[in-house]
Amino acid sequence: MALPTREEMYAALEERHGAELQKKLSEASVAVCGLGGLGSNIAIALARAGVGRLHILDFDRVDISNLNRQQYFPEQLGMLKSDALCDTLSRISPYCEIQKDCVKLTEENIPELLSGEAIICEAFDRADQKAMLVNCVLETMPEKYLVAGSGMAGIGPSNTIITRRMMKRFYLCGDGSSDVDDGMGLVASRVLICAAHQANAVIRIIAGEYDV
Amino acid sequence: MVKINGEMLDMAGKTVTEMLAAMEVNGQRVAVELNEDIVPKASYGETVLKEGDTVEVVRFVGGG
Repeated sequence: MALPTREEMYAALEERHGAELQKKLSEASVAVCGLGGLGSNIAIALARAGVGRLHILDFDRVDISNLNRQQYFPEQLGMLKSDALCDTLSRISPYCEIQKDCVKLTEENIPELLSGEAIICEAFDRADQKAMLVNCVLETMPEKYLVAGSGMAGIGPSNTIITRRMMKRFYLCGDGSSDVDDGMGLVASRVLICAAHQANAVIRIIAGEYDV
Repeated sequence: MVKINGEMLDMAGKTVTEMLAAMEVNGQRVAVELNEDIVPKASYGETVLKEGDTVEVVRFVGGG
């Protein structure tokens, strides 16, 4: 079947989300840093919602150990995550503008790489890398909105995962304590809960709803 | 007294570095807010907490 046109896709989104929200979503530009269990799921949720432009960044390749929770397919093993996820996002939302970067984010390159998006999602897996990105964005780019995730390992109760507004433009999702370094594995369902919190926080910011 | 993560603690006069050490927190895994502003990491050693300050220590854990 032929792909729907850009106008047909937009009309279908507008019918579900309302004209005002859909206009904001289609004009929005969001960076997703880290394309693992959090980032791949956040990006897909935003693409489905009709966010107009996504900037996806990761330095890694798809590994068999990722398939329990990350949005990749066995035939994508070995591909760059930025390439593999770009393919999937383009299938979901063919008119979404996607910028992909295979890069390891550092304090040195973050200000330039993330200069183009008003909203930044932190979706790394290592605690020290999460802290590095959050500190760097808050210190050097105070005009950005930042949505981070911390604490979603294991199979603890769903309702311990929450969204907190830590600062005016800094939101933190997760239970704050379930650490993968304590031996708890990451399970799709609970990672998805945290990713959904982050994606919903982004959509609320785009809509101009800033409380939690 | 200084309000740290909602708790009143006797940390006035200490630097952020000293506060983190007293809390046994790894400084590479945190972001620190002082009165709702981010404390730059490079300033932890010279930022002194004052009586009545409100501090939020955001601890990051692994997984994503």
